[in-house]
Amino acid sequence: MGFALSGIRFVHPGNTIFDGLDLDLHAGRFTGIIGPNGCGKTTLLDLICRHRTPHKGDIRYAGRPLAEYGKRALARQIALVPQDYSINFPFTVGEVVLMGRYPHTPRFGAPSTEDVDRVAQVMADCDVLAFKDRPITTLSGGERQRVIFARALAQDTPVLVLDEATASLDVCHALTLLDRVAGLVQAEKRTVIAVFQNLNLASAYSQEIVMVKAGRVVVAGPTEDVLTPKNLKTVFDIQARVAVDDFTGRLQVRYKRA
Amino acid sequence: MSGALSNSSPKRLQHHSRLMVGLLALALVMTISLSAGMGYLKIAWVDVLQVVGGSLTGNAALTADLDELTRIIVMEVRLPRILTAAVVGGGLALCGVVFQGILLNPLADPYTLGVSAGAAFGAALALLLNLTVAGIYSVPVCAFIGATATLVLVIYLSSSAGGANANNLILSGIIVAAILSAGISFLKFVADEQVSVIIFWLMGSFASKTWTDVGLTTAFVLLGLAVFLFYARDLNLLCLGRRAAASLGVDARRVPWILLVTASLVAAACVAVSGIIGFVGLLVPHMMRALVGPDNRRLLPLSFFSGAILLLSADTVTRAVLPHEIPIGVLTALIGGPFFCYLFRKRQTGGKGF
Repeated sequence: MGFALSGIRFVHPGNTIFDGLDLDLHAGRFTGIIGPNGCGKTTLLDLICRHRTPHKGDIRYAGRPLAEYGKRALARQIALVPQDYSINFPFTVGEVVLMGRYPHTPRFGAPSTEDVDRVAQVMADCDVLAFKDRPITTLSGGERQRVIFARALAQDTPVLVLDEATASLDVCHALTLLDRVAGLVQAEKRTVIAVFQNLNLASAYSQEIVMVKAGRVVVAGPTEDVLTPKNLKTVFDIQARVAVDDFTGRLQVRYKRA
Repeated sequence: MSGALSNSSPKRLQHHSRLMVGLLALALVMTISLSAGMGYLKIAWVDVLQVVGGSLTGNAALTADLDELTRIIVMEVRLPRILTAAVVGGGLALCGVVFQGILLNPLADPYTLGVSAGAAFGAALALLLNLTVAGIYSVPVCAFIGATATLVLVIYLSSSAGGANANNLILSGIIVAAILSAGISFLKFVADEQVSVIIFWLMGSFASKTWTDVGLTTAFVLLGLAVFLFYARDLNLLCLGRRAAASLGVDARRVPWILLVTASLVAAACVAVSGIIGFVGLLVPHMMRALVGPDNRRLLPLSFFSGAILLLSADTVTRAVLPHEIPIGVLTALIGGPFFCYLFRKRQTGGKGF
């Protein structure tokens, strides 16, 4: 279930973010999006999730124009872990995760046994089962982010969009959750599109990398082809070395200021 | 697996809250019949039920042993006032739930978008100019027009400020309300001898309400309740933020507007009929949230009934218990304000206040 964006123009009042953006995001792959602050990463995810609509251009999902999908149909296709997970109301953790099942249950219907089982499963996966009855307002930032992650997994969609979804997690939980979604890509051919700030998480998990700078896609392709010192210099203005680390067995980036 | 959720399983909570709704509905009926018996002339609640039953069924035998005066006091004087108070209380509580949810702000109340200031300005103008375009309903009609005009202005302001997010809406509401309250001060200043009429209206009252008032408020509030309950699940998601709500299938552009406009119209109808009654719309949602959690599917019906019971009780206290009738808006603020401080303190000190 891939995305094809062509000729995208998107303008914030007084500030053009994208003009003539073309990008293919492949189905069944883990794609990482990296780029400096304010380059348009979150806006790109907003366009994919249809939270924003482009002023010009065409976005297709699974071959069909994105605009043609119904709201709930789309919510059964694409789940989002947003960057902002502040919640002012004391919903319990269990209630928040169960909200991930709303697109699958009728408006006035009670959750089915399947919904309840699914919710319990993802809460265990995200290590939040221990505080399922606590109000989400009493959790720490990282715990809260895990709850939101669990909600997105409960949505059970072919596409999972992560907007710096592990930014406030401790290293162990970050690796656990990314292993979990990477496993979904491997085993069930799901699609993951993830914005990263941490270059080493991006390099370790992404099968493909999209590098964005100032609203333009600088380069996109398989991680080992794209994640080069030269491209990192262009996008982030840093000196970098990229090599497979013999301890983790994964691609690692070391960097310093240029 | 399902055992993992058994403690607060959604089904159990649902049964629990259905039971509470039933109990509160029963309590409301009891409050109504007790309140109808209280006043200058005491009437036993059995007689009240007989009068109401007789009037509803047209069965003259039920009221045969009661005098005509009892019937008139209950049916023509007390019940219209009592029912208006109950419906307005329920309506204000409902609007409070919706406003707090949409604006992601636990301090929002039915008047956040300046609806009360608009209604007050409209009413003050009607009182000052002695408008009689709509007969005895001139003041409520002008209040309603003032409230809706304010709503339109606030929405226009906030949407032209680059997206109607919660902060823009609250700010626009505050600005417009500030201008209008200066306008009201000016009207009071030029009103001369009529200033007391304006002040009395502003303090709120259910005195001498008619069945027309009951009908009008009930129509607005029930329509609002239906809209709110239809979107209750979407409102839950909107409490998590627009982006999250959109990703879970909510029309995050349209649904907040539908809810805000509906809630403002319900609040406008309530204010137009009763004057400005604060704290019910702020307090009741908080108390209910502390009791049953923030799920709007439970919160809305429970808030409706508790708001109704609360405002009716307050109105009965001022009508039949106190030696002198205090304006209801003053009474709710006098009781509600300190109570809100108490809840607030309790939250600050780690209790489960909110």
